[in-house]
Amino acid sequence: MFALDEIKKSFLTSIWFMFLTFPIMVIRVNTVENIVQWRWERMFLIGIGSFFLSFIWRYLLKRKERGRKKADRGEVDRISWNRRIAREPRFYIPALIGVCGFVLAFPFIFSLYQTNIMITALIYVITGLGLNIVVGLAGLLDLGYVAFYAVGAYSYALLNYHFGLGFWAALPIGAGLGLIFGVLLGFPVLRLKGDYLAIVTLGFGEIIRLILENWNEFSFGPSGIANIPRPGFFGIEMSLQQATIYLYFVMIILALGTIFVVRRLQDSRIGRAWIALREDEVACQAMGIDKTRTKLSAFAMGATWAGMAGVVFAAKTTFINPASFTLWESITILCVVVLGGMGSVIGVIFGALTLILLPEYLRVFSEYRLLVFGAVLVVMMVFRPGGIVSQVRRTYQFKGTAPDKPNAEAVSPG
Amino acid sequence: MEYFLELLIGGLTRGSIYALIALGYTMVYGIIELINFAHGEVYMIGAFTALIVASILSILGWNEIAILFIASVVAVVYSMAYGYTLEKVAYKPLRHAPRLSALISAIGMSLFLQNYVLLAQTSDFMPFPSLIPDLKFLEPIAYLVSTPEVVIIVTTTIVMVLLTFLIKFTRVGKAMRATAQDREMAMLVGVDVDRVISITFIVGSATAALGGVLIASHIGQINFYIGFIAGIKAFVAAVLGGIGSMPGAVLGSLVLGCAESFFTGFVSSDYEDVFAFVILVFILIFRPAGILGRSDTQKV
Repeated sequence: MFALDEIKKSFLTSIWFMFLTFPIMVIRVNTVENIVQWRWERMFLIGIGSFFLSFIWRYLLKRKERGRKKADRGEVDRISWNRRIAREPRFYIPALIGVCGFVLAFPFIFSLYQTNIMITALIYVITGLGLNIVVGLAGLLDLGYVAFYAVGAYSYALLNYHFGLGFWAALPIGAGLGLIFGVLLGFPVLRLKGDYLAIVTLGFGEIIRLILENWNEFSFGPSGIANIPRPGFFGIEMSLQQATIYLYFVMIILALGTIFVVRRLQDSRIGRAWIALREDEVACQAMGIDKTRTKLSAFAMGATWAGMAGVVFAAKTTFINPASFTLWESITILCVVVLGGMGSVIGVIFGALTLILLPEYLRVFSEYRLLVFGAVLVVMMVFRPGGIVSQVRRTYQFKGTAPDKPNAEAVSPG
Repeated sequence: MEYFLELLIGGLTRGSIYALIALGYTMVYGIIELINFAHGEVYMIGAFTALIVASILSILGWNEIAILFIASVVAVVYSMAYGYTLEKVAYKPLRHAPRLSALISAIGMSLFLQNYVLLAQTSDFMPFPSLIPDLKFLEPIAYLVSTPEVVIIVTTTIVMVLLTFLIKFTRVGKAMRATAQDREMAMLVGVDVDRVISITFIVGSATAALGGVLIASHIGQINFYIGFIAGIKAFVAAVLGGIGSMPGAVLGSLVLGCAESFFTGFVSSDYEDVFAFVILVFILIFRPAGILGRSDTQKV
C-alpha cells in the first residue's frame, strides 16, 4: 500500500525527531535553584509538526527529482509566470508605472517609522546587489562582506569626527576605501578554492570587527561613535521628518544607480567572465581569462558597494559601534541573495524586501528571525538553489528551418 | 620556566579539545570534500545535553563519577543522532549539487541549530558542574597541572588510538579510506557509500561531543555560542595540519593550542581570536596543503 507506507515513514520520522529534540526542547534546568522544568507539550508539537513536514519534504524531493529527470531528457519546462510578465510589454509597463508611483509616494503616505524601515530595506538592496556580484555572478562565497560595510561606516564616522567631512564627500571616499580594502584583502586570498575562501573571508570579517572593538584610540571601542550627521542638502536645515524623507529619496537614487551599474556589468565582458568563472574555472582559464584579475575585480566591486552602503548606514542610524558588524550581518545579506536568486537583480531586490520587511511587520516572530534565516538557507539550497526568481541561463534560440540563414534571437534575462 | 610549563600544559589541553573537534572536520572533508560548518554546533549540543543530564542527576544526588560517565554517554549518543540527521537533511540531497550550495546549506544549518538552542534553552551562560574529581596522586604538582587537564589529554590520546585502530584495521575503516580515495570506484567495488558517509558523520560527532563535555566541565560554563568559536578554531587546526589527514588534524590542533596559549600568555589576550585567524590566513597563503597534507592537482 502506497499511502500506508508513506504514513509509516512519516510516523518514524516524527518519532525520531521527538527523540532528537527531547533534551533540548523538553527539559530545562535551573542550575541555581536546582529546579527541573518539563515541557511535554513541546514534544507533542514537534511530533505533529515533523509528521506533516516530512510529507511535504518527501513530496518536494520527489518533485525535484522528476524535474531533474525531465531536464536530463532535454524537455524544457514551460516558461514560468514571472518570466512571461517580464517579457510582455503590456504586462510590465503598467506594473513598472505602478511600482514607480508607489515608490515616489511611499514617504508621504506612510509614517516616519515605515519610511525608516524602508530605508533599511533599501540599504540591504544595495548590499545585496553588491554581494550578488561576488556570490551570484562570480561564485565566490564571501562571508566577511560586512567588513567592507564596516569600513564604509567607520570611514564616514571618523572623517566626520576628525575633519568634519559631510555625507556627500564621505560617500565616494567610503566607496573608495571599500574598494581598496577589497583589493588588499582579496589579493592574498583569491588564489584559494571556494570553501577556503569562505573561511578566510569570515576570518577577515572577524579580524576587522575585533580590531574595531579593541583598538580604542582609533575606533572608540565597543562604545562606538555617536552624533553622526544625516546627509545635508546645500546646507539647508531640515527637521527629522524632512531629513528622513530626503534620505529615503537619496537611497532610491543610489539603489537605482546600483541596479543600473550591476545590470550593465552583467552584460559586459567582465560580467560574462565572472559567470564563466563561476561555471568552470579550468575551462575559463583555457579560454584566456585571467583568473586572479577577474576574481579580484568581482571582489573589489562588491566591496565598493558595501563601502557605500556603510556610509549610508552610518548616516541613517547616526550611531555606529562594532556590534552592528557581526558575522550574522554578513549571513543576513547572504540570505537576501540566496532567497531572491543568485545572480538575478530582481531576485535580490525581492529577497531584500521580503527578508527585511517581513520580520519588521511580524514583530511576534522577530526572535525567530535568525532561526528562520537558517532554515531558509537550507531549504532554498535543497529545493530551489536558483532562488525564488532564478536567473535563466542566457541562450540563443534558432528559429526557422533554413540552416544557411539562422535567425538568431537573443533572450535577455529578467 | 614554571610559567612556560604552565602555558605549555594549558596549550596542550586546549589543543586536545581542538583535536577532538578537528577530527570531525577532517574526516568529513576527506570523504565528501565539504566543510561541515555545523560541526561546532554538534559539539555545543553535546555540551548542552551533558549539562542537562548532569544537572538532573546531581539534583537526584548521584555521585560524581557516575554522573560524569552517564552524562558523557548521553551527550555522545545525542550528538551522533544530530550528526546523522544533519547529514540526511542538509547534505545528502545536495550530493550532486555545486559545492557552493552545500556550503551555504551548512551555514544555514549552523545558524538554525544555534538559534534552536538559544530559543529552547537560554541565551545566558549556564554554569556547568565540574564533574572531574581531583586525583590524589597529582597533588604534588597541582600548581602546574590540574586533574581536568590530565583527564582531557589522556582521554584525547585514548580516542586517537581507538580511532586510528578503527580506520586502519576494521572493515568500516577500509571502506572509509576507499570512499575518501575515490567515491565512484568504491561504489563499484561494493562499498555502501551512503552508509560510510553517515558513519563518518556519526564518528566525528561523537568525538566532538566528548570534547564538548570535557571542556565544559573544565571551564565551567557554556552557552549557545561556544560551538561557533570552537568550530572555527578547530577548522583552523585541521587546515593547519592538512585537511583530510587525521594525524595532521591532531598535530595542527596541538600546535594551534600551544601557539594560542603562548600568545595569550606572553603577548596579549585582547587579540586571542584574531591570532587564530591570522595563522589561518598565513597557512592558506604560504602552505595551503598544511603541515602533513599533500597538495593535489585539480581534476578537470
